[in-house]
Amino acid sequence: MSRCETLADTPGLPKSAEGDPVFAEPWQAQAFAMTVRLHEQGVFSWAEWAEALSREVHQPGRAVDGADYFDCWVTALSSLLSERGVASEAEQTALSDRWARAAEATPHGKPILLGNAG
Amino acid sequence: MSHDHDHDDHHHHDNHFSPMEARVRALETILTEKGLIDPKAIDVIVETYETKIGPRNGARVVAKAWAEPDFADWLKRDATAAIASLGYTGRQGEHMRAVFNDGETHNLVVCTLCSCYPWSVLGLPPVWYKAPPYRSRAVIDPRGVLSEFGVTLPEDQKIRVWDSTAELRYLVVPQRPEGTEGLDQEALADLVTRDAMIGTGLALMPKARP
Repeated sequence: MSRCETLADTPGLPKSAEGDPVFAEPWQAQAFAMTVRLHEQGVFSWAEWAEALSREVHQPGRAVDGADYFDCWVTALSSLLSERGVASEAEQTALSDRWARAAEATPHGKPILLGNAG
Repeated sequence: MSHDHDHDDHHHHDNHFSPMEARVRALETILTEKGLIDPKAIDVIVETYETKIGPRNGARVVAKAWAEPDFADWLKRDATAAIASLGYTGRQGEHMRAVFNDGETHNLVVCTLCSCYPWSVLGLPPVWYKAPPYRSRAVIDPRGVLSEFGVTLPEDQKIRVWDSTAELRYLVVPQRPEGTEGLDQEALADLVTRDAMIGTGLALMPKARP
Protein backbone atom coordinates (compact mmCIF):
# COMPACT_ATOMS: atom_id res chain seq x y z
CA MET A 1 0.00 0.00 0.00
CA SER A 2 1.58 3.25 -1.11
CA ARG A 3 -0.64 5.58 0.87
CA CYS A 4 0.45 6.37 4.39
CA GLU A 5 -2.45 5.58 6.65
CA THR A 6 -3.12 7.71 9.67
CA LEU A 7 -5.14 7.08 12.80
CA ALA A 8 -7.88 9.29 11.36
CA ASP A 9 -8.48 6.46 8.87
CA THR A 10 -9.43 4.06 11.66
CA PRO A 11 -12.65 2.24 10.71
CA GLY A 12 -15.75 3.37 12.57
CA LEU A 13 -14.26 6.60 13.88
CA PRO A 14 -17.09 9.14 14.19
CA LYS A 15 -16.41 12.04 11.81
CA SER A 16 -17.85 15.41 10.95
CA ALA A 17 -19.02 16.36 7.47
CA GLU A 18 -15.54 17.79 6.88
CA GLY A 19 -13.93 14.46 7.72
CA ASP A 20 -12.56 15.41 11.13
CA PRO A 21 -12.94 13.06 14.09
CA VAL A 22 -15.82 13.96 16.40
CA PHE A 23 -15.63 13.44 20.13
CA ALA A 24 -18.51 13.42 22.56
CA GLU A 25 -16.37 13.91 25.66
CA PRO A 26 -12.89 15.27 26.35
CA TRP A 27 -11.36 11.93 27.42
CA GLN A 28 -12.17 10.56 23.97
CA ALA A 29 -10.14 13.27 22.29
CA GLN A 30 -7.36 12.66 24.80
CA ALA A 31 -7.33 8.93 24.04
CA PHE A 32 -7.38 9.61 20.31
CA ALA A 33 -4.50 12.10 20.56
CA MET A 34 -2.35 9.74 22.66
CA THR A 35 -2.89 6.95 20.13
CA VAL A 36 -1.97 9.26 17.25
CA ARG A 37 1.26 10.18 19.03
CA LEU A 38 2.21 6.58 19.87
CA HIS A 39 1.59 5.56 16.29
CA GLU A 40 3.70 8.46 14.99
CA GLN A 41 6.51 7.34 17.25
CA GLY A 42 6.36 3.79 15.96
CA VAL A 43 5.16 2.13 19.19
CA PHE A 44 2.73 0.22 16.98
CA SER A 45 1.86 0.15 13.30
CA TRP A 46 -1.48 1.20 11.88
CA ALA A 47 -2.33 -2.42 11.05
CA GLU A 48 -1.56 -3.54 14.60
CA TRP A 49 -3.75 -0.77 15.97
CA ALA A 50 -6.63 -1.53 13.59
CA GLU A 51 -6.49 -5.19 14.59
CA ALA A 52 -6.47 -4.45 18.32
CA LEU A 53 -9.44 -2.08 17.96
CA SER A 54 -11.36 -4.44 15.73
CA ARG A 55 -10.96 -7.20 18.32
CA GLU A 56 -12.61 -4.97 20.95
CA VAL A 57 -15.36 -3.62 18.71
CA HIS A 58 -16.40 -7.17 17.84
CA GLN A 59 -16.52 -8.45 21.40
CA PRO A 60 -19.97 -9.82 22.32
CA GLY A 61 -22.08 -7.35 24.26
CA ARG A 62 -20.81 -4.22 22.55
CA ALA A 63 -23.36 -1.56 21.62
CA VAL A 64 -24.93 -2.07 18.20
CA ASP A 65 -25.11 1.67 17.55
CA GLY A 66 -21.44 2.21 18.33
CA ALA A 67 -22.20 4.28 21.45
CA ASP A 68 -19.27 2.62 23.24
CA TYR A 69 -16.84 3.06 20.37
CA PHE A 70 -14.34 5.01 22.45
CA ASP A 71 -14.67 2.59 25.36
CA CYS A 72 -13.45 -0.01 22.86
CA TRP A 73 -10.75 2.39 21.73
CA VAL A 74 -9.37 2.81 25.25
CA THR A 75 -9.58 -0.90 26.00
CA ALA A 76 -7.71 -1.66 22.75
CA LEU A 77 -5.03 0.88 23.61
CA SER A 78 -4.70 -0.62 27.10
CA SER A 79 -4.24 -4.16 25.80
CA LEU A 80 -1.79 -3.08 23.13
CA LEU A 81 0.36 -1.28 25.70
CA SER A 82 0.23 -4.30 27.96
CA GLU A 83 1.18 -6.67 25.10
CA ARG A 84 4.06 -4.38 24.16
CA GLY A 85 5.34 -4.49 27.73
CA VAL A 86 4.86 -0.72 28.19
CA ALA A 87 2.63 -1.20 31.24
CA SER A 88 0.97 -4.31 32.63
CA GLU A 89 -2.79 -4.49 33.04
CA ALA A 90 -2.32 -4.60 36.83
CA GLU A 91 -0.24 -1.44 36.76
CA GLN A 92 -2.80 0.34 34.59
CA THR A 93 -5.71 -0.72 36.80
CA ALA A 94 -3.96 0.33 40.01
CA LEU A 95 -3.18 3.74 38.57
CA SER A 96 -6.74 4.17 37.24
CA ASP A 97 -8.04 3.48 40.75
CA ARG A 98 -5.67 6.09 42.17
CA TRP A 99 -6.89 8.67 39.67
CA ALA A 100 -10.52 7.87 40.53
CA ARG A 101 -9.72 8.35 44.24
CA ALA A 102 -7.84 11.56 43.48
CA ALA A 103 -10.91 12.98 41.70
CA GLU A 104 -13.18 12.12 44.63
CA ALA A 105 -10.74 13.68 47.09
CA THR A 106 -10.34 16.95 45.19
CA PRO A 107 -12.59 19.82 46.22
CA HIS A 108 -14.30 21.81 43.51
CA GLY A 109 -12.17 24.50 41.92
CA LYS A 110 -8.84 22.78 42.59
CA PRO A 111 -7.01 20.90 39.88
CA ILE A 112 -7.28 17.13 40.17
CA LEU A 113 -3.77 15.88 40.92
CA LEU A 114 -2.66 12.31 41.45
CA GLY A 115 -1.16 13.26 44.82
CA ASN A 116 -4.67 14.09 46.09
CA ALA A 117 -5.47 10.37 46.18
CA GLY A 118 -3.48 10.18 49.42
CA MET B 1 -24.90 7.23 58.86
CA SER B 2 -23.17 7.95 62.17
CA HIS B 3 -19.82 9.52 62.85
CA ASP B 4 -17.67 9.15 65.94
CA HIS B 5 -16.45 12.67 65.59
CA ASP B 6 -17.36 15.77 63.68
CA HIS B 7 -15.93 16.47 60.31
CA ASP B 8 -15.62 20.21 60.04
CA ASP B 9 -14.03 19.90 56.66
CA HIS B 10 -16.88 17.86 55.27
CA HIS B 11 -17.73 18.72 51.70
CA HIS B 12 -19.61 16.70 49.17
CA HIS B 13 -17.72 15.14 46.36
CA ASP B 14 -18.13 17.33 43.35
CA ASN B 15 -15.45 15.62 41.31
CA HIS B 16 -15.89 12.21 39.85
CA PHE B 17 -14.14 10.31 37.08
CA SER B 18 -15.96 7.71 35.05
CA PRO B 19 -13.94 4.47 34.69
CA MET B 20 -12.92 5.59 31.19
CA GLU B 21 -11.78 9.03 32.34
CA ALA B 22 -9.72 7.43 35.10
CA ARG B 23 -8.19 4.92 32.68
CA VAL B 24 -7.26 7.62 30.18
CA ARG B 25 -5.62 9.66 32.95
CA ALA B 26 -3.70 6.55 34.04
CA LEU B 27 -2.46 5.87 30.51
CA GLU B 28 -1.44 9.48 30.13
CA THR B 29 0.54 9.32 33.38
CA ILE B 30 2.30 6.07 32.43
CA LEU B 31 3.12 7.18 28.89
CA THR B 32 4.39 10.55 30.07
CA GLU B 33 6.61 8.95 32.72
CA LYS B 34 8.06 6.60 30.13
CA GLY B 35 8.76 9.50 27.81
CA LEU B 36 6.46 8.11 25.10
CA ILE B 37 4.20 11.15 25.00
CA ASP B 38 4.48 14.77 26.01
CA PRO B 39 1.22 16.18 27.44
CA LYS B 40 1.85 19.43 25.53
CA ALA B 41 2.04 17.54 22.24
CA ILE B 42 -1.23 15.82 23.14
CA ASP B 43 -2.87 19.17 23.83
CA VAL B 44 -1.74 20.41 20.44
CA ILE B 45 -3.39 17.43 18.73
CA VAL B 46 -6.59 17.89 20.74
CA GLU B 47 -6.58 21.60 19.94
CA THR B 48 -6.50 20.99 16.20
CA TYR B 49 -9.79 19.14 16.50
CA GLU B 50 -11.63 21.10 19.15
CA THR B 51 -11.62 24.26 17.05
CA LYS B 52 -13.02 22.41 14.06
CA ILE B 53 -15.86 20.82 15.95
CA GLY B 54 -18.56 23.39 16.29
CA PRO B 55 -20.63 23.30 19.47
CA ARG B 56 -23.73 23.16 17.33
CA ASN B 57 -26.10 22.05 20.06
CA GLY B 58 -25.52 25.12 22.19
CA ALA B 59 -25.58 27.37 19.15
CA ARG B 60 -29.04 26.07 18.25
CA VAL B 61 -30.25 26.75 21.79
CA VAL B 62 -29.01 30.34 21.57
CA ALA B 63 -30.48 30.89 18.09
CA LYS B 64 -33.86 29.63 19.26
CA ALA B 65 -33.75 31.93 22.26
CA TRP B 66 -32.97 34.89 20.01
CA ALA B 67 -35.79 34.05 17.62
CA GLU B 68 -38.49 32.93 20.05
CA PRO B 69 -39.17 35.08 23.13
CA ASP B 70 -41.21 32.30 24.76
CA PHE B 71 -38.29 29.93 24.49
CA ALA B 72 -35.94 32.61 25.85
CA ASP B 73 -38.23 33.00 28.89
CA TRP B 74 -38.26 29.26 29.46
CA LEU B 75 -34.48 29.13 29.10
CA LYS B 76 -34.15 31.88 31.71
CA ARG B 77 -36.46 30.13 34.15
CA ASP B 78 -35.47 26.50 33.65
CA ALA B 79 -32.53 26.02 31.30
CA THR B 80 -32.24 22.30 32.09
CA ALA B 81 -35.76 21.60 30.83
CA ALA B 82 -35.63 24.04 27.92
CA ILE B 83 -32.38 22.55 26.64
CA ALA B 84 -33.58 18.98 27.21
CA SER B 85 -36.67 19.77 25.11
CA LEU B 86 -34.30 20.00 22.13
CA GLY B 87 -32.85 16.60 22.94
CA TYR B 88 -29.54 17.77 24.37
CA THR B 89 -29.01 16.20 27.76
CA GLY B 90 -25.78 15.63 29.61
CA ARG B 91 -24.74 12.11 30.36
CA GLN B 92 -24.29 12.91 34.02
CA GLY B 93 -27.66 14.62 34.34
CA GLU B 94 -26.14 17.93 35.36
CA HIS B 95 -28.25 21.05 35.68
CA MET B 96 -27.85 23.91 33.29
CA ARG B 97 -28.36 27.57 33.85
CA ALA B 98 -28.46 30.09 31.02
CA VAL B 99 -27.02 33.51 31.76
CA PHE B 100 -27.98 36.26 29.32
CA ASN B 101 -25.65 39.01 28.23
CA ASP B 102 -27.19 42.45 27.88
CA GLY B 103 -26.01 46.03 27.65
CA GLU B 104 -25.37 46.14 31.38
CA THR B 105 -23.76 42.77 32.04
CA HIS B 106 -21.38 40.44 30.25
CA ASN B 107 -21.15 36.89 31.61
CA LEU B 108 -18.03 34.75 31.72
CA VAL B 109 -17.82 31.11 32.82
CA VAL B 110 -14.79 29.55 34.49
CA CYS B 111 -13.74 26.22 35.89
CA THR B 112 -10.34 24.53 35.90
CA LEU B 113 -11.83 21.09 35.67
CA CYS B 114 -12.93 19.60 32.43
CA SER B 115 -15.42 17.55 34.43
CA CYS B 116 -17.38 20.76 34.98
CA TYR B 117 -17.84 21.57 31.32
CA PRO B 118 -21.23 21.11 29.63
CA TRP B 119 -19.93 19.25 26.61
CA SER B 120 -23.35 17.92 25.66
CA VAL B 121 -24.12 21.53 24.74
CA LEU B 122 -20.74 23.09 24.01
CA GLY B 123 -18.73 20.24 22.53
CA LEU B 124 -15.10 19.86 23.59
CA PRO B 125 -13.66 22.31 26.08
CA PRO B 126 -10.80 24.39 24.76
CA VAL B 127 -7.41 23.40 26.19
CA TRP B 128 -6.91 26.83 27.77
CA TYR B 129 -10.18 26.47 29.67
CA LYS B 130 -8.62 23.72 31.78
CA ALA B 131 -5.47 25.70 32.53
CA PRO B 132 -5.28 26.91 36.17
CA PRO B 133 -4.02 30.39 35.14
CA TYR B 134 -7.19 31.02 33.12
CA ARG B 135 -9.43 30.39 36.08
CA SER B 136 -7.52 32.44 38.62
CA ARG B 137 -6.93 35.32 36.23
CA ALA B 138 -10.52 35.30 35.01
CA VAL B 139 -11.66 35.88 38.58
CA ILE B 140 -9.11 38.59 39.41
CA ASP B 141 -8.91 40.39 36.08
CA PRO B 142 -11.76 39.35 33.77
CA ARG B 143 -11.37 42.45 31.60
CA GLY B 144 -7.70 41.65 31.02
CA VAL B 145 -8.46 38.04 30.09
CA LEU B 146 -11.20 39.16 27.72
CA SER B 147 -8.89 41.62 26.00
CA GLU B 148 -6.47 38.76 25.33
CA PHE B 149 -9.32 37.06 23.52
CA GLY B 150 -9.78 40.24 21.52
CA VAL B 151 -12.93 41.27 23.35
CA THR B 152 -13.12 44.85 24.54
CA LEU B 153 -16.29 45.72 26.39
CA PRO B 154 -17.65 49.19 27.09
CA GLU B 155 -16.26 50.51 30.39
CA ASP B 156 -19.73 50.65 31.93
CA GLN B 157 -20.63 47.05 31.08
CA LYS B 158 -20.20 44.90 34.17
CA ILE B 159 -18.56 41.48 33.95
CA ARG B 160 -20.03 38.70 36.00
CA VAL B 161 -17.91 35.57 36.47
CA TRP B 162 -19.68 32.23 37.01
CA ASP B 163 -17.97 29.22 38.50
CA SER B 164 -19.22 25.93 37.06
CA THR B 165 -19.68 23.01 39.38
CA ALA B 166 -20.28 19.36 38.63
CA GLU B 167 -23.97 19.88 39.44
CA LEU B 168 -24.57 23.21 37.77
CA ARG B 169 -23.11 24.32 34.48
CA TYR B 170 -23.57 27.57 32.66
CA LEU B 171 -24.39 28.55 29.13
CA VAL B 172 -23.82 32.16 28.19
CA VAL B 173 -26.44 33.53 25.83
CA PRO B 174 -24.62 36.26 23.91
CA GLN B 175 -26.37 39.38 22.67
CA ARG B 176 -27.94 39.03 19.26
CA PRO B 177 -25.86 41.00 16.75
CA GLU B 178 -27.46 43.90 14.92
CA GLY B 179 -28.51 43.42 11.34
CA THR B 180 -29.72 39.84 11.84
CA GLU B 181 -33.48 40.50 11.71
CA GLY B 182 -34.00 38.59 8.46
CA LEU B 183 -32.00 35.48 9.38
CA ASP B 184 -33.57 32.13 10.13
CA GLN B 185 -32.49 30.08 13.14
CA GLU B 186 -29.99 28.02 11.20
CA ALA B 187 -28.22 31.14 9.93
CA LEU B 188 -28.36 32.64 13.43
CA ALA B 189 -26.77 29.51 14.93
CA ASP B 190 -23.80 29.97 12.59
CA LEU B 191 -23.04 33.25 14.36
CA VAL B 192 -22.81 31.61 17.78
CA THR B 193 -19.27 30.43 18.53
CA ARG B 194 -18.20 28.25 21.39
CA ASP B 195 -16.25 31.13 22.91
CA ALA B 196 -19.39 33.28 22.79
CA MET B 197 -21.18 30.66 24.91
CA ILE B 198 -18.36 30.62 27.48
CA GLY B 199 -18.23 34.40 27.47
CA THR B 200 -14.70 34.76 26.09
CA GLY B 201 -16.13 35.91 22.78
CA LEU B 202 -19.12 37.67 21.27
CA ALA B 203 -21.52 36.41 18.65
CA LEU B 204 -20.20 36.97 15.12
CA MET B 205 -21.52 39.75 12.92
CA PRO B 206 -23.43 38.46 9.90
CA LYS B 207 -21.37 38.38 6.71
CA ALA B 208 -22.37 40.76 3.98
CA ARG B 209 -24.46 38.91 1.44
CA PRO B 210 -22.79 38.55 -1.94
